[in-house]
Amino acid sequence: MQSFPWLTVTGVVPLVGAVVVALLPRALAPRAKVVALAASLVTLALTIALALRFDTGAAEQFQLAEQHQWIPQFGVSYAVGVDGIALVLVALAAVLTPVCLLAAWHDVPTVGRREQNYMALILVLETMMIGVFSATDVFLFYVFFEAMLIPVYFLIGSFGGPRRQYAAVKFLLYSLLGGLVMLVAVIALYVAGPGGPDGFLLSKLTGLDLGVGAERLMFLGFFFAFAVKAPMFPVHTWLPDAAAEAPPPVAVLLVGVLDKVGTFGMIRFCLPLFPGAAKWATPVVLVLAVVSIVYGALLAIGQTDVMRLIAYTSVSHFGFIVLGIFAMTSTGQSGSMLYMVNHGFSTAALFLVAAMLAVRRGSSRIPDFGGWQRVTPLIAGVFLIAGLSSLALPGLSTFVSEFLVLVGTFQRYPVAGVVATVGIILAAIYILLAYQRMMTGPRPEAVGVTRDLTRREAWVVAPVLAAIIGLGVFPGPVLDVINPAVKRTMTSIGMTDPAPRAGVPAAEGTAK
Amino acid sequence: MSMLGAASITAPSISYHLLAPVLVVFGAALVGVLVEAFAPRRARHGVQVGVALVGLIAAFVTVVLAADRTKAATAARAVIVDSPTLFLQGTILVLAALGVLTMAERFAGNEGDAFTSTAASVPGSAYEAATARAGWTQTEVFPLTMLAIGGMLLFPAAGDLLTMFVALEVLSLPLYLLSGLARRRRLLSQEAALKYFLLGSFSSAFFLFGAAMLFGFSGSLYLSDIATAVATRGGQDGMLLLGIGLVSTGLLFKVGAVPFHAWTPDVYQGAPTPITGFMAACTKVAAFGALLRFLYVAVAGARWDYQPVLWTVAILTMVVGSVLAITQTDVKRMLAYSSIAHAGFILTGVLAFDRSGLSGALFYLVAYGFTTIGAFAVVTLVRDSAGEATHLTQWAGLARRSPLVAGVFALFLMAFAGIPLTSGFTGKYAVFSAAIAHGGTWLAVVGVLSSAVAAFFYVRVIVLMYFSDPDGDAVSVAAPSAYTIIAIGVGAAATVLLGVVPSVLLDLADRSALFLP
Repeated sequence: MQSFPWLTVTGVVPLVGAVVVALLPRALAPRAKVVALAASLVTLALTIALALRFDTGAAEQFQLAEQHQWIPQFGVSYAVGVDGIALVLVALAAVLTPVCLLAAWHDVPTVGRREQNYMALILVLETMMIGVFSATDVFLFYVFFEAMLIPVYFLIGSFGGPRRQYAAVKFLLYSLLGGLVMLVAVIALYVAGPGGPDGFLLSKLTGLDLGVGAERLMFLGFFFAFAVKAPMFPVHTWLPDAAAEAPPPVAVLLVGVLDKVGTFGMIRFCLPLFPGAAKWATPVVLVLAVVSIVYGALLAIGQTDVMRLIAYTSVSHFGFIVLGIFAMTSTGQSGSMLYMVNHGFSTAALFLVAAMLAVRRGSSRIPDFGGWQRVTPLIAGVFLIAGLSSLALPGLSTFVSEFLVLVGTFQRYPVAGVVATVGIILAAIYILLAYQRMMTGPRPEAVGVTRDLTRREAWVVAPVLAAIIGLGVFPGPVLDVINPAVKRTMTSIGMTDPAPRAGVPAAEGTAK
Repeated sequence: MSMLGAASITAPSISYHLLAPVLVVFGAALVGVLVEAFAPRRARHGVQVGVALVGLIAAFVTVVLAADRTKAATAARAVIVDSPTLFLQGTILVLAALGVLTMAERFAGNEGDAFTSTAASVPGSAYEAATARAGWTQTEVFPLTMLAIGGMLLFPAAGDLLTMFVALEVLSLPLYLLSGLARRRRLLSQEAALKYFLLGSFSSAFFLFGAAMLFGFSGSLYLSDIATAVATRGGQDGMLLLGIGLVSTGLLFKVGAVPFHAWTPDVYQGAPTPITGFMAACTKVAAFGALLRFLYVAVAGARWDYQPVLWTVAILTMVVGSVLAITQTDVKRMLAYSSIAHAGFILTGVLAFDRSGLSGALFYLVAYGFTTIGAFAVVTLVRDSAGEATHLTQWAGLARRSPLVAGVFALFLMAFAGIPLTSGFTGKYAVFSAAIAHGGTWLAVVGVLSSAVAAFFYVRVIVLMYFSDPDGDAVSVAAPSAYTIIAIGVGAAATVLLGVVPSVLLDLADRSALFLP
């Protein structure tokens, strides 16, 4: 326990920034984005301070914890705290938000208050993201989980592409349905728990004896919400629409960070709260994960819109993350946690670069490009790096995590591991095919002089590329933060890693 | 002590301080009638609004004062002033004050008043046109409203079925009349009033018939005597169940539960919008109060016999309300179906038959009441040249014209949909958790699925307001006076506060959730 409420302050700064941005008088309206960026940078600085205070060897599960009564009648506390998993995701949100604000610089014309609203909503979203990852009270988590939908809904619906209404409503209804089903499970869990004015604390609800049937139903309630969020086959259909219609920076936050709430929720809630049911459901979940991997990749190959392509690659990648979580090995889960971060950066790079291309070409359809590397070679180069990271090229970040997931899966479920490997091959096809169609070939004729990467855009992609390469070469520090939390999860579900078979040392993968 | 048996009648002792809220409101209503008779036409509007508001505030003060005293039955156990009664009376009075504020609004222009110039004139007649030209206004609405409020205060406090019936009639008759007073589309309004009256009469008859059955079963009309008879019953279950069924029918009609909901959309649409808001909020509170008292005090002992029927009613109410709301194109009809769905949600709490269910339902009623009054007040603001623009297509692009009004309405819609950090979520959580904790898990599952369906049509209105382009320039947002601003402001503030810091009211509801026998 410490005196200064680090997490609360970190979470509140963007909210304050949002209020300031939204209320700026007309004369100062052109400065709105500067204020917004400043608020997000302060948040980033606070997050770095937060990370420095984090002790990877600490005994307690949640560090920097705060706890206050909120609604004692319901047993609800305002309780926040981070473990390694939560910390890296909070950091991911804190890094990507300024990047996205910078990328959103010219998304909305500075006429009226629309731009202020846009920037303010993104900042509100950042508060929600920090809150949802650091909540250690199940009810508080649920509140953030649901309330988060509203800013995204308005961001897609007000500032999105031509089919934004449809995409926004579809996104909201899918997520609300998932959330409401989870609500029943949340209530049932509390009723089964010890109750009292702080009965919703995660620590009070872990290790309950719920009875087999009830535990399975509650697991399904939670898992359904997270599967919609993640999104997994067959409840993924909202994602391509939402990602394609959302303004690109919002798509980055949506796919890069928000959807991680789904996989985060699986490892934070589904496994420790309902260990028996999680083991019971594992075969089905693994099948769904593998189907997501292959199906998402196949559909990605068939896309003609580059935004939809990226969305489908994410369906495939989320399949890998879920696979690693439910492989129930520490290698697989560490890989999944790392994958969540890496996927955030590589998807961000892809979306942002694709958006730069779309702005220049006036279209996001793949056939409308062709030979584009002769028009804007730098952007094409960045696109290639982002793409290679997405297909898990060794040396780039995603490789490490994908490899860990596959190794971890293979230890316990070799068949699932083998089938999932097909996803890697398909990834190479969808990325390289898209690159080939868009970038290679003769210079397009109809295109006049087009600016290559501007200074602002360089600042947008530089931190993301740095993260992709940095985490690819040197993932150690992040793994150090993640591993204790993974170990704890494994303990809480009562699983141990299978003994390595002769001649197949399990640690081989990490050495690469 | 039988009501009929006593040969010589001794005057019952009456604790006036416990009856004070009801008496004050009825007194204000009578003053209003006198004002109507003696005050000059020009001054009436202002005086009536003042009398009504002063009466409501004074009554609220008496409720607060009574809260500290001993709760007891009074007037020969005809009126029971216990914690739930006071909680519900306080709620009704606050919501009614907001309702009166919206009724007091008069926008600029000939169509600015919500009420017809003369209720007695034939629609479209020369007489009607002349009174409208002369600038007559219908100020009888205020004493009528106060009479209805008096009935509402008595309804959940009734200690016997006869008092309950009298209160039901006292609250209903003025409402029938008020429903027919719309200034525009008067035929629709009058049709609504007639429909409400006819169906309401039927339901009153059901109630009375049920009361007779229960008298036949227990030999008494007192709720506590019925409870004793239920606890010690041998045979005669048929009469008891028939009585419960018929009385419940009468009460479920008032709360707008399926299959007794058919009047709701037509009446909500036809009635003047301020009346609709008042009805939707206050009638629901009073009727649920009476339903709660009847079920919890009188016949809780027999609940295993009739609970499955009420479960069915609750499920039907949630599903039918949510699904039919999707097809609506008129914002008032949509809110009507939404109010049906919300009645179903409250029923899930009621059917827990537990203190948590009672307190959840009490909280839900407050949360829903504030949001509803506010929402209908916003509806009065969106107008075209002929008055309110209630067709949903007319709301397209509202956020461009008036970001504030659209924002507040979006807030109310999100509260109806049960998004966290609004009062609607807290309320839903309260009733669903009561249901799940007391054997109603499947009821709660149906509840959340209906909520998901219901979210669709709330969201659709937000899409229209925010993401669509305005459809022509005919619709504008009227500049409201302080009356409406206060009503909407209080509604919005309560909606947010009860979502973010609900503890205080939850605590109050929890402490109030104990019926005296």
